[in-house]
Amino acid sequence: MKATPSVSVRSRIPLLIAAAMALGVLALVPLVAGLYQIQLLTYGLIAAIAALGFNILLGYTGLLSFGHSAFFGIGAYTVAFLLRDLGIHSMELYILIGVPIAALASALFGYICVRHTRIFFGILTLALSQVLYSLALKLFWVTGGTDGLRVARPTLLATLLNFTGPGAFQRFLTAYYYYVLIIFAICVVMMWVILHSPFGKALQAIRDNETRAAFLGIRIRQFRWLAFLISGTFTGLAGILWAPLNGLATPDVLYWTFSGEIVFTALLGGFRNFTGPIVGGIVYTYLKTYAVATTEYWQALLGAVLVLLVIVLPTGIVGALSQIARRFGVKRVP
Amino acid sequence: MTVLLQTIDLHKSFGDTRACDGVNFTVNRGEFLSLVGSNGAGKTSLVNLISAHLQPDSGKILFEGQDITRATVSERIKAGIARSFQIVNLFDAMSVFDNVALSIFSRQSKTHHMAALANHDRPVHDETFEVLGQFGLRDKSDVFAGGLAQGERKLLDVAIAYALRPKLLFLDEPTSGVSTHEKAQIMDTVSSIVRAGTVTAVIIEHDMDVVFRYSDRIVMMHEGSFLADGTPEEIKANKNVANILLGAPLST
Repeated sequence: MKATPSVSVRSRIPLLIAAAMALGVLALVPLVAGLYQIQLLTYGLIAAIAALGFNILLGYTGLLSFGHSAFFGIGAYTVAFLLRDLGIHSMELYILIGVPIAALASALFGYICVRHTRIFFGILTLALSQVLYSLALKLFWVTGGTDGLRVARPTLLATLLNFTGPGAFQRFLTAYYYYVLIIFAICVVMMWVILHSPFGKALQAIRDNETRAAFLGIRIRQFRWLAFLISGTFTGLAGILWAPLNGLATPDVLYWTFSGEIVFTALLGGFRNFTGPIVGGIVYTYLKTYAVATTEYWQALLGAVLVLLVIVLPTGIVGALSQIARRFGVKRVP
Repeated sequence: MTVLLQTIDLHKSFGDTRACDGVNFTVNRGEFLSLVGSNGAGKTSLVNLISAHLQPDSGKILFEGQDITRATVSERIKAGIARSFQIVNLFDAMSVFDNVALSIFSRQSKTHHMAALANHDRPVHDETFEVLGQFGLRDKSDVFAGGLAQGERKLLDVAIAYALRPKLLFLDEPTSGVSTHEKAQIMDTVSSIVRAGTVTAVIIEHDMDVVFRYSDRIVMMHEGSFLADGTPEEIKANKNVANILLGAPLST
Protein backbone atom coordinates (compact mmCIF):
# COMPACT_ATOMS: atom_id res chain seq x y z
CA MET A 1 0.00 0.00 0.00
CA LYS A 2 1.23 3.46 -0.83
CA ALA A 3 1.90 5.78 2.08
CA THR A 4 -1.05 8.08 2.65
CA PRO A 5 -0.33 11.80 2.76
CA SER A 6 0.12 12.90 6.34
CA VAL A 7 -2.76 14.41 8.25
CA SER A 8 -2.67 18.05 7.28
CA VAL A 9 -1.14 19.63 10.36
CA ARG A 10 1.65 21.38 8.53
CA SER A 11 -0.73 23.49 6.46
CA ARG A 12 -2.30 24.79 9.68
CA ILE A 13 0.88 26.35 11.01
CA PRO A 14 0.74 29.55 8.88
CA LEU A 15 -2.88 29.87 9.95
CA LEU A 16 -1.97 29.67 13.64
CA ILE A 17 0.79 32.25 13.15
CA ALA A 18 -1.61 34.59 11.35
CA ALA A 19 -4.20 34.20 14.12
CA ALA A 20 -1.62 34.82 16.85
CA MET A 21 -0.38 37.91 15.02
CA ALA A 22 -3.90 39.26 14.59
CA LEU A 23 -4.54 38.74 18.29
CA GLY A 24 -1.22 40.42 19.11
CA VAL A 25 -2.08 43.46 17.02
CA LEU A 26 -5.52 43.70 18.64
CA ALA A 27 -3.91 43.45 22.09
CA LEU A 28 -1.58 46.36 21.30
CA VAL A 29 -4.32 48.70 20.09
CA PRO A 30 -5.02 50.35 23.51
CA LEU A 31 -1.35 51.38 23.73
CA VAL A 32 -1.64 53.56 20.65
CA ALA A 33 -5.31 54.36 20.20
CA GLY A 34 -7.52 56.81 22.06
CA LEU A 35 -10.42 55.81 24.28
CA TYR A 36 -12.98 56.46 21.58
CA GLN A 37 -11.20 54.09 19.21
CA ILE A 38 -10.94 51.45 21.93
CA GLN A 39 -14.65 51.73 22.58
CA LEU A 40 -15.44 51.46 18.88
CA LEU A 41 -13.25 48.43 18.45
CA THR A 42 -14.95 46.77 21.44
CA TYR A 43 -18.28 47.31 19.70
CA GLY A 44 -16.68 45.84 16.58
CA LEU A 45 -15.50 42.69 18.36
CA ILE A 46 -18.96 42.22 19.87
CA ALA A 47 -20.54 42.60 16.42
CA ALA A 48 -18.01 40.05 15.16
CA ILE A 49 -19.10 37.51 17.80
CA ALA A 50 -22.76 38.07 16.84
CA ALA A 51 -21.97 37.64 13.15
CA LEU A 52 -19.81 34.58 13.79
CA GLY A 53 -22.81 32.97 15.46
CA PHE A 54 -25.14 34.08 12.69
CA ASN A 55 -22.88 32.66 10.01
CA ILE A 56 -22.89 29.06 11.20
CA LEU A 57 -26.46 29.17 9.89
CA LEU A 58 -26.07 31.22 6.71
CA GLY A 59 -22.58 30.28 5.59
CA TYR A 60 -22.36 26.71 6.80
CA THR A 61 -25.92 25.36 7.04
CA GLY A 62 -27.48 27.42 4.25
CA LEU A 63 -30.23 28.98 6.37
CA LEU A 64 -30.82 32.75 6.29
CA SER A 65 -32.11 33.93 9.65
CA PHE A 66 -33.81 37.28 9.69
CA GLY A 67 -34.43 37.21 13.40
CA HIS A 68 -31.09 37.09 15.14
CA SER A 69 -31.91 40.36 16.90
CA ALA A 70 -34.00 38.13 19.21
CA PHE A 71 -30.96 36.41 20.70
CA PHE A 72 -28.85 39.55 20.86
CA GLY A 73 -31.75 41.30 22.59
CA ILE A 74 -32.35 38.42 25.00
CA GLY A 75 -28.69 38.60 25.99
CA ALA A 76 -28.83 42.36 26.53
CA TYR A 77 -32.13 42.33 28.48
CA THR A 78 -31.00 39.41 30.62
CA VAL A 79 -28.11 41.56 31.86
CA ALA A 80 -30.49 44.45 32.56
CA PHE A 81 -32.93 42.22 34.47
CA LEU A 82 -30.18 40.53 36.48
CA LEU A 83 -28.95 43.95 37.55
CA ARG A 84 -32.33 45.53 38.30
CA ASP A 85 -34.18 42.58 39.82
CA LEU A 86 -31.41 40.56 41.45
CA GLY A 87 -28.82 43.28 42.02
CA ILE A 88 -26.13 41.29 40.27
CA HIS A 89 -23.10 43.34 39.23
CA SER A 90 -20.69 40.63 38.20
CA MET A 91 -19.95 40.28 34.49
CA GLU A 92 -19.09 36.61 34.96
CA LEU A 93 -22.51 35.94 36.47
CA TYR A 94 -24.15 37.80 33.59
CA ILE A 95 -22.39 35.42 31.22
CA LEU A 96 -22.95 32.27 33.28
CA ILE A 97 -26.67 32.97 33.63
CA GLY A 98 -27.24 34.75 30.33
CA VAL A 99 -25.65 32.18 28.01
CA PRO A 100 -27.90 29.29 29.14
CA ILE A 101 -30.94 31.59 28.78
CA ALA A 102 -29.90 32.52 25.24
CA ALA A 103 -29.30 28.83 24.51
CA LEU A 104 -32.74 27.93 25.82
CA ALA A 105 -34.41 30.62 23.72
CA SER A 106 -32.44 29.48 20.66
CA ALA A 107 -33.43 25.88 21.25
CA LEU A 108 -37.08 26.87 21.43
CA PHE A 109 -37.06 29.23 18.43
CA GLY A 110 -34.94 26.77 16.48
CA TYR A 111 -37.33 23.93 17.19
CA ILE A 112 -40.09 25.93 15.50
CA CYS A 113 -38.03 27.42 12.65
CA VAL A 114 -36.04 24.44 11.35
CA ARG A 115 -39.24 22.70 10.32
CA HIS A 116 -38.94 24.92 7.25
CA THR A 117 -36.18 26.13 5.00
CA ARG A 118 -35.48 29.02 2.63
CA ILE A 119 -37.96 31.92 2.68
CA PHE A 120 -40.29 30.15 5.12
CA PHE A 121 -37.46 29.73 7.59
CA GLY A 122 -36.48 33.38 7.21
CA ILE A 123 -40.06 34.58 7.72
CA LEU A 124 -40.50 32.44 10.84
CA THR A 125 -37.32 33.80 12.43
CA LEU A 126 -38.45 37.32 11.55
CA ALA A 127 -41.92 36.77 13.01
CA LEU A 128 -40.66 35.29 16.27
CA SER A 129 -38.14 38.08 16.79
CA GLN A 130 -40.87 40.67 16.16
CA VAL A 131 -43.00 39.00 18.84
CA LEU A 132 -40.19 39.64 21.33
CA TYR A 133 -39.86 43.21 20.11
CA SER A 134 -43.56 43.88 20.63
CA LEU A 135 -43.42 42.34 24.09
CA ALA A 136 -40.47 44.58 25.00
CA LEU A 137 -42.49 47.60 23.86
CA LYS A 138 -45.85 46.70 25.37
CA LEU A 139 -44.73 45.32 28.72
CA PHE A 140 -43.13 48.63 29.59
CA TRP A 141 -43.53 48.15 33.35
CA VAL A 142 -41.13 45.19 33.01
CA THR A 143 -38.91 46.31 30.16
CA GLY A 144 -39.02 50.08 30.38
CA GLY A 145 -40.66 50.27 26.95
CA THR A 146 -38.90 52.47 24.41
CA ASP A 147 -36.70 53.98 27.14
CA GLY A 148 -35.12 50.60 27.76
CA LEU A 149 -33.30 49.64 30.93
CA ARG A 150 -30.14 51.14 32.34
CA VAL A 151 -27.11 48.85 32.70
CA ALA A 152 -24.44 50.01 35.11
CA ARG A 153 -20.75 49.22 34.75
CA PRO A 154 -20.27 45.68 36.03
CA THR A 155 -17.37 44.32 38.04
CA LEU A 156 -14.95 42.15 36.10
CA LEU A 157 -13.17 38.95 37.20
CA ALA A 158 -15.34 38.33 40.26
CA THR A 159 -14.77 41.65 42.10
CA LEU A 160 -11.09 41.95 41.27
CA LEU A 161 -11.79 44.86 38.96
CA ASN A 162 -14.49 47.35 39.86
CA PHE A 163 -14.97 50.74 38.43
CA THR A 164 -15.86 53.58 40.78
CA GLY A 165 -14.22 56.82 41.62
CA PRO A 166 -12.33 59.21 39.37
CA GLY A 167 -11.28 57.92 35.97
CA ALA A 168 -13.56 54.90 36.35
CA PHE A 169 -15.03 55.23 32.87
CA GLN A 170 -11.62 55.32 31.21
CA ARG A 171 -10.33 52.38 33.23
CA PHE A 172 -13.47 50.42 32.49
CA LEU A 173 -13.22 50.94 28.74
CA THR A 174 -9.65 49.69 28.58
CA ALA A 175 -10.22 46.74 30.90
CA TYR A 176 -13.45 45.85 29.12
CA TYR A 177 -11.71 45.92 25.77
CA TYR A 178 -9.32 43.20 26.92
CA TYR A 179 -12.17 41.30 28.55
CA VAL A 180 -14.14 41.25 25.30
CA LEU A 181 -11.00 40.50 23.28
CA ILE A 182 -10.31 37.34 25.31
CA ILE A 183 -13.92 36.16 25.02
CA PHE A 184 -13.81 36.97 21.31
CA ALA A 185 -10.66 34.86 20.90
CA ILE A 186 -12.28 31.95 22.76
CA CYS A 187 -15.40 32.26 20.58
CA VAL A 188 -13.31 32.25 17.39
CA VAL A 189 -11.42 29.13 18.44
CA MET A 190 -14.62 27.37 19.53
CA MET A 191 -16.42 28.22 16.31
CA TRP A 192 -13.42 27.22 14.23
CA VAL A 193 -13.28 23.82 15.90
CA ILE A 194 -17.05 23.31 15.57
CA LEU A 195 -16.97 24.13 11.86
CA HIS A 196 -13.99 21.86 11.21
CA SER A 197 -15.37 18.97 13.25
CA PRO A 198 -17.32 16.08 11.72
CA PHE A 199 -20.44 17.97 12.86
CA GLY A 200 -19.35 21.06 10.93
CA LYS A 201 -18.72 18.97 7.82
CA ALA A 202 -22.18 17.47 8.16
CA LEU A 203 -23.69 20.98 8.27
CA GLN A 204 -21.85 21.91 5.07
CA ALA A 205 -23.09 18.72 3.47
CA ILE A 206 -26.67 19.68 4.38
CA ARG A 207 -26.06 23.14 2.92
CA ASP A 208 -24.69 21.73 -0.35
CA ASN A 209 -27.07 18.84 -0.88
CA GLU A 210 -29.80 18.07 1.59
CA THR A 211 -31.02 14.92 -0.17
CA ARG A 212 -27.62 13.30 -0.36
CA ALA A 213 -26.82 14.24 3.23
CA ALA A 214 -29.98 12.41 4.28
CA PHE A 215 -28.78 9.38 2.34
CA LEU A 216 -25.59 9.34 4.36
CA GLY A 217 -27.75 8.83 7.42
CA ILE A 218 -27.49 12.42 8.65
CA ARG A 219 -30.67 13.55 10.40
CA ILE A 220 -31.16 16.85 8.65
CA ARG A 221 -33.65 18.54 10.93
CA GLN A 222 -31.80 17.63 14.11
CA PHE A 223 -28.54 19.00 12.72
CA ARG A 224 -30.20 22.21 11.59
CA TRP A 225 -31.66 22.58 15.05
CA LEU A 226 -28.25 22.09 16.69
CA ALA A 227 -26.73 24.66 14.32
CA PHE A 228 -29.52 27.07 15.23
CA LEU A 229 -28.92 26.47 18.92
CA ILE A 230 -25.18 27.20 18.61
CA SER A 231 -25.86 30.18 16.39
CA GLY A 232 -28.36 31.85 18.73
CA THR A 233 -26.18 31.20 21.76
CA PHE A 234 -23.16 32.95 20.25
CA THR A 235 -25.29 35.91 19.21
CA GLY A 236 -26.86 35.95 22.68
CA LEU A 237 -23.40 36.13 24.24
CA ALA A 238 -22.67 39.13 22.02
CA GLY A 239 -25.80 40.80 23.41
CA ILE A 240 -24.65 40.10 26.97
CA LEU A 241 -21.29 41.75 26.26
CA TRP A 242 -22.92 44.65 24.48
CA ALA A 243 -25.29 45.77 27.28
CA PRO A 244 -22.68 47.02 29.81
CA LEU A 245 -20.71 48.79 27.07
CA ASN A 246 -23.81 50.51 25.77
CA GLY A 247 -25.04 51.25 29.30
CA LEU A 248 -28.60 50.66 28.21
CA ALA A 249 -30.70 47.75 26.87
CA THR A 250 -33.17 49.19 24.38
CA PRO A 251 -35.81 47.61 22.16
CA ASP A 252 -33.99 48.60 18.96
CA VAL A 253 -31.68 45.61 19.40
CA LEU A 254 -34.80 43.43 19.21
CA TYR A 255 -36.18 45.18 16.15
CA TRP A 256 -35.98 43.52 12.76
CA THR A 257 -33.68 46.18 11.30
CA PHE A 258 -31.07 45.04 13.80
CA SER A 259 -31.40 41.50 12.40
CA GLY A 260 -30.84 43.12 9.03
CA GLU A 261 -27.63 44.69 10.31
CA ILE A 262 -26.36 41.26 11.35
CA VAL A 263 -27.13 39.94 7.85
CA PHE A 264 -25.38 43.00 6.38
CA THR A 265 -22.34 42.32 8.56
CA ALA A 266 -21.98 38.77 7.26
CA LEU A 267 -22.45 39.89 3.64
CA LEU A 268 -19.94 42.69 4.06
CA GLY A 269 -17.20 40.41 5.33
CA GLY A 270 -18.21 37.44 3.20
CA PHE A 271 -20.31 34.59 4.51
CA ARG A 272 -18.46 31.90 2.56
CA ASN A 273 -15.27 32.43 4.56
CA PHE A 274 -14.72 31.69 8.21
CA THR A 275 -13.11 35.09 8.86
CA GLY A 276 -15.70 36.97 6.77
CA PRO A 277 -18.17 37.73 9.59
CA ILE A 278 -15.32 38.75 11.91
CA VAL A 279 -13.98 41.28 9.43
CA GLY A 280 -17.55 42.27 8.60
CA GLY A 281 -18.42 42.89 12.25
CA ILE A 282 -15.50 45.22 12.79
CA VAL A 283 -15.75 47.04 9.45
CA TYR A 284 -19.51 47.47 9.76
CA THR A 285 -19.16 49.05 13.22
CA TYR A 286 -16.78 51.67 11.83
CA LEU A 287 -18.83 52.13 8.68
CA LYS A 288 -22.01 52.78 10.61
CA THR A 289 -20.35 55.07 13.14
CA TYR A 290 -18.82 57.25 10.46
CA ALA A 291 -21.97 57.19 8.34
CA VAL A 292 -23.98 58.43 11.32
CA ALA A 293 -21.38 61.12 12.03
CA THR A 294 -21.26 62.26 8.41
CA THR A 295 -24.88 62.51 7.42
CA GLU A 296 -28.35 62.58 8.82
CA TYR A 297 -29.27 60.18 6.03
CA TRP A 298 -26.87 57.52 7.18
CA GLN A 299 -29.33 54.72 6.44
CA ALA A 300 -29.41 55.79 2.80
CA LEU A 301 -25.62 55.80 2.76
CA LEU A 302 -25.46 52.27 4.22
CA GLY A 303 -28.13 51.18 1.76
CA ALA A 304 -26.02 52.43 -1.11
CA VAL A 305 -23.02 50.55 0.31
CA LEU A 306 -25.12 47.39 0.51
CA VAL A 307 -26.22 47.70 -3.13
CA LEU A 308 -22.63 48.31 -4.24
CA LEU A 309 -21.46 45.41 -2.14
CA VAL A 310 -23.86 42.92 -3.69
CA ILE A 311 -22.98 44.10 -7.22
CA VAL A 312 -19.22 44.62 -6.90
CA LEU A 313 -18.16 42.33 -4.05
CA PRO A 314 -20.73 39.51 -3.90
CA THR A 315 -18.29 37.38 -1.88
CA GLY A 316 -17.62 40.18 0.60
CA ILE A 317 -14.33 41.69 1.70
CA VAL A 318 -12.67 38.41 2.68
CA GLY A 319 -14.05 36.66 -0.40
CA ALA A 320 -12.54 39.34 -2.64
CA LEU A 321 -9.23 39.26 -0.77
CA SER A 322 -9.04 35.50 -1.08
CA GLN A 323 -9.62 35.75 -4.83
CA ILE A 324 -6.71 38.18 -5.06
CA ALA A 325 -4.57 35.94 -2.83
CA ARG A 326 -5.34 32.95 -5.04
CA ARG A 327 -4.00 34.88 -8.00
CA PHE A 328 -0.72 35.15 -6.13
CA GLY A 329 -0.62 31.44 -5.52
CA VAL A 330 -2.07 31.19 -2.02
CA LYS A 331 -4.22 28.08 -2.02
CA ARG A 332 -6.93 28.71 0.50
CA VAL A 333 -7.90 31.62 2.68
CA PRO A 334 -9.83 30.81 5.85
CA MET B 1 -27.79 -18.55 -1.85
CA THR B 2 -29.64 -16.65 0.85
CA VAL B 3 -32.15 -13.91 0.35
CA LEU B 4 -30.96 -10.46 1.39
CA LEU B 5 -33.88 -8.29 0.36
CA GLN B 6 -37.43 -9.12 -0.51
CA THR B 7 -40.38 -6.95 -1.45
CA ILE B 8 -43.87 -8.39 -1.16
CA ASP B 9 -46.64 -7.07 -3.39
CA LEU B 10 -45.26 -3.55 -3.44
CA HIS B 11 -47.58 -0.87 -4.85
CA LYS B 12 -46.91 2.76 -5.65
CA SER B 13 -48.96 5.03 -7.88
CA PHE B 14 -48.55 8.63 -8.96
CA GLY B 15 -52.06 9.62 -9.95
CA ASP B 16 -53.05 7.17 -12.69
CA THR B 17 -49.50 6.01 -13.29
CA ARG B 18 -48.61 2.77 -11.58
CA ALA B 19 -44.89 3.01 -10.90
CA CYS B 20 -44.89 -0.24 -8.94
CA ASP B 21 -47.79 -2.56 -9.50
CA GLY B 22 -47.45 -5.44 -7.05
CA VAL B 23 -43.74 -5.95 -7.28
CA ASN B 24 -42.25 -9.07 -5.71
CA PHE B 25 -38.54 -8.41 -5.91
CA THR B 26 -35.85 -10.61 -4.43
CA VAL B 27 -32.15 -9.86 -4.13
CA ASN B 28 -29.80 -12.67 -3.12
CA ARG B 29 -26.73 -12.10 -1.01
CA GLY B 30 -23.60 -11.48 -3.05
CA GLU B 31 -25.10 -11.09 -6.49
CA PHE B 32 -24.59 -8.33 -9.03
CA LEU B 33 -28.06 -7.65 -10.33
CA SER B 34 -29.20 -5.36 -13.11
CA LEU B 35 -32.57 -3.70 -13.22
CA VAL B 36 -33.49 -2.87 -16.82
CA GLY B 37 -36.48 -1.53 -18.70
CA SER B 38 -37.53 1.47 -20.73
CA ASN B 39 -37.94 4.94 -19.24
CA GLY B 40 -40.91 5.06 -16.89
CA ALA B 41 -40.87 1.31 -16.28
CA GLY B 42 -40.63 1.92 -12.52
CA LYS B 43 -36.99 1.04 -11.86
CA THR B 44 -36.05 4.22 -10.04
CA SER B 45 -39.36 4.19 -8.16
CA LEU B 46 -38.61 0.71 -6.90
CA VAL B 47 -35.17 1.80 -5.69
CA ASN B 48 -36.72 4.90 -4.14
CA LEU B 49 -39.19 2.73 -2.24
CA ILE B 50 -36.50 0.38 -0.97
CA SER B 51 -34.21 3.24 0.09
CA ALA B 52 -37.07 5.16 1.79
CA HIS B 53 -36.91 8.05 -0.65
CA LEU B 54 -40.59 7.20 -1.27
CA GLN B 55 -43.25 5.52 0.87
CA PRO B 56 -45.19 2.61 -0.70
CA ASP B 57 -49.00 2.68 -1.00
CA SER B 58 -49.08 -0.92 0.12
CA GLY B 59 -46.86 -3.97 0.39
CA LYS B 60 -43.89 -4.94 2.49
CA ILE B 61 -40.12 -4.66 2.31
CA LEU B 62 -38.03 -7.22 4.17
CA PHE B 63 -34.27 -6.81 4.64
CA GLU B 64 -32.42 -9.75 6.21
CA GLY B 65 -35.84 -11.00 7.28
CA GLN B 66 -36.70 -7.77 9.15
CA ASP B 67 -39.69 -5.69 8.08
CA ILE B 68 -38.27 -2.27 7.14
CA THR B 69 -41.33 -0.94 5.31
CA ARG B 70 -41.78 1.87 7.84
CA ALA B 71 -38.10 2.38 8.70
CA THR B 72 -36.63 5.86 8.12
CA VAL B 73 -33.80 6.63 5.72
CA SER B 74 -31.20 6.67 8.48
CA GLU B 75 -32.51 3.40 9.96
CA ARG B 76 -32.22 1.71 6.57
CA ILE B 77 -28.69 3.03 6.13
CA LYS B 78 -27.79 1.66 9.56
CA ALA B 79 -29.31 -1.67 8.52
CA GLY B 80 -27.00 -1.68 5.48
CA ILE B 81 -28.81 -0.22 2.46
CA ALA B 82 -27.05 2.55 0.54
CA ARG B 83 -27.59 4.12 -2.85
CA SER B 84 -26.14 6.45 -5.43
CA PHE B 85 -28.16 8.75 -7.63
CA GLN B 86 -28.98 8.95 -11.32
CA ILE B 87 -28.32 12.68 -11.39
CA VAL B 88 -25.01 13.04 -9.61
CA ASN B 89 -25.58 14.13 -6.04
CA LEU B 90 -22.40 15.43 -4.46
CA PHE B 91 -21.37 18.07 -1.94
CA ASP B 92 -19.96 20.41 -4.55
CA ALA B 93 -18.46 23.06 -2.26
CA MET B 94 -16.60 20.44 -0.22
CA SER B 95 -13.38 18.68 -1.10
CA VAL B 96 -13.43 15.19 -2.62
CA PHE B 97 -11.79 14.01 0.60
CA ASP B 98 -14.56 15.49 2.75
CA ASN B 99 -17.26 14.00 0.52
CA VAL B 100 -16.04 10.49 1.29
CA ALA B 101 -14.86 11.15 4.86
CA LEU B 102 -18.35 12.28 5.80
CA SER B 103 -19.77 8.87 4.84
CA ILE B 104 -17.27 7.21 7.15
CA PHE B 105 -17.99 9.63 10.01
CA SER B 106 -21.68 8.95 9.54
CA ARG B 107 -21.20 5.17 9.53
CA GLN B 108 -19.18 5.41 12.73
CA SER B 109 -21.86 7.67 14.32
CA LYS B 110 -19.31 10.47 14.68
CA THR B 111 -21.22 13.22 12.89
CA HIS B 112 -22.33 14.61 16.26
CA HIS B 113 -18.75 15.21 17.35
CA MET B 114 -18.20 18.96 17.60
CA ALA B 115 -15.05 19.21 19.67
CA ALA B 116 -12.65 17.25 17.46
CA LEU B 117 -11.13 18.30 14.16
CA ALA B 118 -12.36 16.12 11.32
CA ASN B 119 -9.00 16.07 9.56
CA HIS B 120 -7.22 14.80 12.66
CA ASP B 121 -9.11 11.53 12.83
CA ARG B 122 -6.37 9.20 11.66
CA PRO B 123 -8.46 6.03 11.06
CA VAL B 124 -11.08 7.96 9.09
CA HIS B 125 -8.35 9.77 7.18
CA ASP B 126 -6.66 6.49 6.21
CA GLU B 127 -9.90 4.78 5.25
CA THR B 128 -10.92 7.78 3.15
CA PHE B 129 -7.67 7.57 1.21
CA GLU B 130 -8.11 3.84 0.83
CA VAL B 131 -11.57 4.30 -0.70
CA LEU B 132 -10.38 7.19 -2.89
CA GLY B 133 -7.52 4.98 -4.06
CA GLN B 134 -9.92 2.17 -5.00
CA PHE B 135 -11.94 4.59 -7.10
CA GLY B 136 -8.88 6.23 -8.65
CA LEU B 137 -9.63 9.57 -7.00
CA ARG B 138 -6.68 9.76 -4.60
CA ASP B 139 -4.94 12.51 -6.58
CA LYS B 140 -8.11 14.59 -6.51
CA SER B 141 -8.63 14.52 -2.76
CA ASP B 142 -8.01 18.28 -2.35
CA VAL B 143 -10.18 19.34 -5.27
CA PHE B 144 -13.70 20.65 -4.70
CA ALA B 145 -16.20 18.04 -5.86
CA GLY B 146 -17.80 20.69 -8.07
CA GLY B 147 -14.58 20.87 -10.07
CA LEU B 148 -14.43 17.22 -11.12
CA ALA B 149 -15.03 15.90 -14.65
CA GLN B 150 -18.29 14.03 -15.26
CA GLY B 151 -16.73 10.54 -15.16
CA GLU B 152 -15.00 11.35 -11.87
CA ARG B 153 -18.20 12.76 -10.46
CA LYS B 154 -19.96 9.49 -11.26
CA LEU B 155 -17.23 7.53 -9.50
CA LEU B 156 -17.28 9.83 -6.47
CA ASP B 157 -21.04 9.42 -6.25
CA VAL B 158 -20.58 5.65 -6.01
CA ALA B 159 -17.61 6.03 -3.63
CA ILE B 160 -19.73 8.06 -1.19
CA ALA B 161 -22.33 5.31 -1.06
CA TYR B 162 -19.71 2.56 -0.93
CA ALA B 163 -17.89 4.21 2.00
CA LEU B 164 -21.01 3.57 4.10
CA ARG B 165 -19.97 -0.12 3.79
CA PRO B 166 -23.48 -1.26 2.92
CA LYS B 167 -24.58 -4.83 2.56
CA LEU B 168 -26.79 -3.80 -0.33
CA LEU B 169 -25.78 -1.04 -2.72
CA PHE B 170 -28.13 0.48 -5.28
CA LEU B 171 -26.52 2.27 -8.20
CA ASP B 172 -28.92 4.31 -10.29
CA GLU B 173 -27.39 4.60 -13.76
CA PRO B 174 -23.75 4.86 -12.69
CA THR B 175 -22.62 5.37 -16.28
CA SER B 176 -25.23 7.76 -17.67
CA GLY B 177 -23.88 10.86 -19.35
CA VAL B 178 -20.31 9.66 -19.88
CA SER B 179 -18.42 8.51 -22.97
CA THR B 180 -18.40 4.83 -24.01
CA HIS B 181 -14.75 4.60 -23.06
CA GLU B 182 -15.39 6.00 -19.58
CA LYS B 183 -18.41 3.73 -19.20
CA ALA B 184 -16.24 0.62 -19.34
CA GLN B 185 -13.75 2.19 -16.96
CA ILE B 186 -16.43 3.08 -14.42
CA MET B 187 -18.06 -0.34 -14.66
CA ASP B 188 -14.73 -2.17 -14.32
CA THR B 189 -13.89 -0.14 -11.24
CA VAL B 190 -17.31 -0.47 -9.66
CA SER B 191 -17.78 -4.18 -10.36
CA SER B 192 -14.32 -5.14 -9.12
CA ILE B 193 -14.75 -3.14 -5.89
CA VAL B 194 -18.21 -4.52 -5.29
CA ARG B 195 -17.11 -8.11 -5.89
CA ALA B 196 -13.94 -7.76 -3.81
CA GLY B 197 -15.88 -6.14 -0.97
CA THR B 198 -18.60 -8.84 -1.10
CA VAL B 199 -21.22 -6.15 -1.44
CA THR B 200 -24.50 -7.05 -3.04
CA ALA B 201 -25.18 -4.60 -5.84
CA VAL B 202 -28.28 -3.68 -7.80
CA ILE B 203 -27.69 -1.37 -10.73
CA ILE B 204 -30.15 0.41 -12.96
CA GLU B 205 -28.70 0.55 -16.44
CA HIS B 206 -29.86 1.25 -19.98
CA ASP B 207 -26.80 0.09 -21.88
CA MET B 208 -27.51 -3.62 -22.56
CA ASP B 209 -23.86 -4.32 -23.45
CA VAL B 210 -22.91 -3.21 -19.95
CA VAL B 211 -25.78 -5.18 -18.43
CA PHE B 212 -24.97 -8.45 -20.19
CA ARG B 213 -21.28 -8.13 -19.48
CA TYR B 214 -21.33 -7.44 -15.74
CA SER B 215 -24.54 -8.93 -14.30
CA ASP B 216 -25.12 -12.24 -12.55
CA ARG B 217 -28.84 -11.77 -12.95
CA ILE B 218 -31.06 -9.39 -14.87
CA VAL B 219 -34.56 -8.28 -13.95
CA MET B 220 -36.62 -6.48 -16.52
CA MET B 221 -39.42 -4.10 -15.56
CA HIS B 222 -42.23 -2.87 -17.74
CA GLU B 223 -45.06 -0.56 -16.68
CA GLY B 224 -44.58 -1.14 -12.99
CA SER B 225 -44.18 -4.92 -12.94
CA PHE B 226 -41.60 -7.57 -13.72
CA LEU B 227 -41.49 -8.90 -17.23
CA ALA B 228 -38.47 -11.15 -17.07
CA ASP B 229 -35.96 -12.40 -14.52
CA GLY B 230 -32.94 -14.56 -15.28
CA THR B 231 -29.28 -14.93 -16.12
CA PRO B 232 -27.85 -12.88 -19.00
CA GLU B 233 -28.20 -15.93 -21.28
CA GLU B 234 -31.85 -16.47 -20.35
CA ILE B 235 -32.63 -12.81 -20.86
CA LYS B 236 -30.91 -12.76 -24.24
CA ALA B 237 -33.11 -15.67 -25.31
CA ASN B 238 -36.32 -14.07 -24.01
CA LYS B 239 -38.47 -12.87 -26.89
CA ASN B 240 -40.48 -10.33 -24.86
CA VAL B 241 -37.31 -8.67 -23.71
CA ALA B 242 -36.07 -8.36 -27.26
CA ASN B 243 -39.40 -6.90 -28.32
CA ILE B 244 -39.37 -4.31 -25.55
CA LEU B 245 -35.83 -3.35 -26.33
CA LEU B 246 -36.72 -2.96 -29.99
CA GLY B 247 -39.95 -1.17 -29.14
CA ALA B 248 -42.17 -3.91 -30.67
CA PRO B 249 -45.49 -4.98 -29.09
CA LEU B 250 -45.52 -7.80 -26.55
CA SER B 251 -46.39 -11.28 -27.76
CA THR B 252 -48.93 -12.85 -25.46
